[in-house]
Amino acid sequence: MVKVYVPVDSTALSLGAERTAQAIVAEAQKRAIPIELVRNGSRGLFWLEPMVEVATAQGRVAFAPVQPKDVPGLFDADFLNALSDSAKAHPLYLGLTEELAWLKKQQRLTFARVGVIDPVSLDDYLAHDGYKGLKNALAMTGADIVKTVTDSGLRGRGGAAFPTGIKWNTVLNAPAEQKYVVCNADEGDSGTYSDRMVMEDDPFVLIEGMTIAGIAVGATQGYIYLRSEYPHALKTLNEAIRKANLAGYLGEDILGSGKTFHLEVRRAAGAYVCGEETSLLESLEGKRGLVRFKPPLPAIEGLFGKPTIVNNVISLATVPIILDKGAQFYADYGMGRSRGTLPIQLAGNLKQTGLVELAFGATLRALLYDYGGGSATGRPIRAVQVGGPLGAYLPESQFDTPLDYEAFTKIWAVLGHGGIVAFDDTVDMAKMARYAFEFCAVESCGKCTPCRIGSTRGVEVMDKIVAGKNHTKNVQVLRDLSDTMLNGSLCALGGMTPYPVLSAINHFPEDFGVSSKEAAA
Amino acid sequence: MDNTLSHEQLVQIQAHIHAHQHVPGGLMPLLHAIQDDIGYVPESIYPDISKALALSVAEVHGVVTFYHHFRTHPVGKHILQICRAESCQAMGSEKLESEVKARLGVDYHQTTADGSLTVLPVYCLGNCACSPAVMLDDEVYGRMTAEKVSELIGEVCHG
Ligand SMILES: Cc1cc2nc3c(=O)[nH]c(=O)nc-3n(C[C@H](O)[C@H](O)[C@H](O)COP(=O)(O)O)c2cc1C
Ligand code: SF4
Ligand code: FES
Repeated sequence: MVKVYVPVDSTALSLGAERTAQAIVAEAQKRAIPIELVRNGSRGLFWLEPMVEVATAQGRVAFAPVQPKDVPGLFDADFLNALSDSAKAHPLYLGLTEELAWLKKQQRLTFARVGVIDPVSLDDYLAHDGYKGLKNALAMTGADIVKTVTDSGLRGRGGAAFPTGIKWNTVLNAPAEQKYVVCNADEGDSGTYSDRMVMEDDPFVLIEGMTIAGIAVGATQGYIYLRSEYPHALKTLNEAIRKANLAGYLGEDILGSGKTFHLEVRRAAGAYVCGEETSLLESLEGKRGLVRFKPPLPAIEGLFGKPTIVNNVISLATVPIILDKGAQFYADYGMGRSRGTLPIQLAGNLKQTGLVELAFGATLRALLYDYGGGSATGRPIRAVQVGGPLGAYLPESQFDTPLDYEAFTKIWAVLGHGGIVAFDDTVDMAKMARYAFEFCAVESCGKCTPCRIGSTRGVEVMDKIVAGKNHTKNVQVLRDLSDTMLNGSLCALGGMTPYPVLSAINHFPEDFGVSSKEAAA
Repeated sequence: MDNTLSHEQLVQIQAHIHAHQHVPGGLMPLLHAIQDDIGYVPESIYPDISKALALSVAEVHGVVTFYHHFRTHPVGKHILQICRAESCQAMGSEKLESEVKARLGVDYHQTTADGSLTVLPVYCLGNCACSPAVMLDDEVYGRMTAEKVSELIGEVCHG
């Protein structure tokens, strides 16, 4: 029976993958052709979804984008015999998936299985190197596991880029009867979806990473704090956790090791600030998500006052391959102090949007044009926001910056969670600056004044600028306000809202009605 | 007693309270469970929640109102969320929101006259590769136009 793959990833579904799958099954039935339909994750070429793949002796062959109306024609072209001349002649035929240039040039480590396997098949996971990292970890001491993660150079992918191994070491050395591993799956940044893809398309890799973390530091309970906007991820994670428990990969006496790790998904409730780790912990404890003062660090006093690892989905999902292939294997990728790979998410006004995992060091320009294919509208790309709503806007003159934490810091920008949102030349940067303040005002937890009051004040000042009032003076007011927020906020929501605002003024002063000289004043 | 709640709903709520009474940090999962079933979190049940979870009524109220997701009043049969965040803006979400709202004759947080649909703003659905995006109940839809949203509403809400 021929295997046919149609993704269940929610972005593929958002473009009609479910109907495509149904149409294929119905057409096969009508023609009395037996097929085996596999619902895989997405390969991440979202501009080509729904992508249908057909298994052949040479590998999987892709046809895309396939809408229900295309299905009878595909059958007429004998697409199930995907190496046939008639299949190759079909307009949607793309060739062997693995040979597609967009995919072939990537360095997929964390995303090695994403789009390849059936997300909730443990057998599929095991057949594709799954749980090799855990097996190695079970034969190591906690300290050795932590050292491996430290030596890999892995830094937190949630935004702050703090070395993961160092955080784990603090938890390892904090004496306590109960410790926790918390996965930050609140992915609230616009332009990001890599966490969602891991959870929907390869959930076992996150479960494995959290299990290794628990075993390393002696934590027996884990929580995944999942944003409420991701109902598909919730279903997939719960199904994978159920299967992992049944097969002895979670729960008590994991694989006969005597080690225990329980895992549970908890739903967030639509507050962006709850992605901040201490706000997240408050929320997990059942409280309002007010940001906590630090110290104490969550690694010392975290969930319910106990030592807690809080890591992003991608950080945790990268741990299995490090434990499988070794610290050096991972550290060999990357540049400078940014080791390994970054799953980059292309979003906004780009022709070819999707997930690109590459070693650190590729330039923004390569991502925007070689992968992104330029703007979707065909107009010039004018501004690019990297790193979510608290990230700076970059003009064309900065497109040659390599994707590297330190290189971005140097130009007063952030890589954050690796989201890249492109805007064409119709964008009004004053509007975007206003939106940054508005977003901060909507999402502020209210604990400190610069953020709570400053954001609302920022919206008012922007309204004056947009209305054409006293530009020079109001731009100065914005700078002073930004200074106060930068220096006086308790967390990065208030503290980094000035990044999009000031970068917009600095690089695009004309949109604020001032000359670059006045903007620099 | 809240007479807007049916007997069946009250039974459901009490069962949820009972199930979450001893769960660590159980308030959030409890509120989700209630809203999933009833569509909102009725204020009339705060006292029951507070007793069972050893919290003050003010604390329960504080948590419900802190989170955008929780609602204290009934909403339409279906919920349409329109993404307002940057990636969707880069692909014309502003035009989309105003056109959809105009077609439906409602603003954000309002429900259509027939009670079938409530429209809410949302900040990113993780569908930024196919902006602009909307979510109708639990399904996301990408590369939306006002026409396509109207079609969807027709299929899902009146189909
Ligand atoms: C306002 C705000 C929102 C944040 N949102 C997220 C988020 O959605 N996901 C995430 O992993 N980290 C987020 N962070 C960063 C976390 O505070 C924290 O640094 C991270 O979870 C640590 O994990 P990592 O070291 O693996 O990156 C946010 C921070 C701030 C200030
Ligand atoms: S900066 Fe804003 S979100 Fe962060 S603690 Fe202060 S008020 Fe809360
Ligand atoms: S910004 Fe709209 S889906 Fe992410």
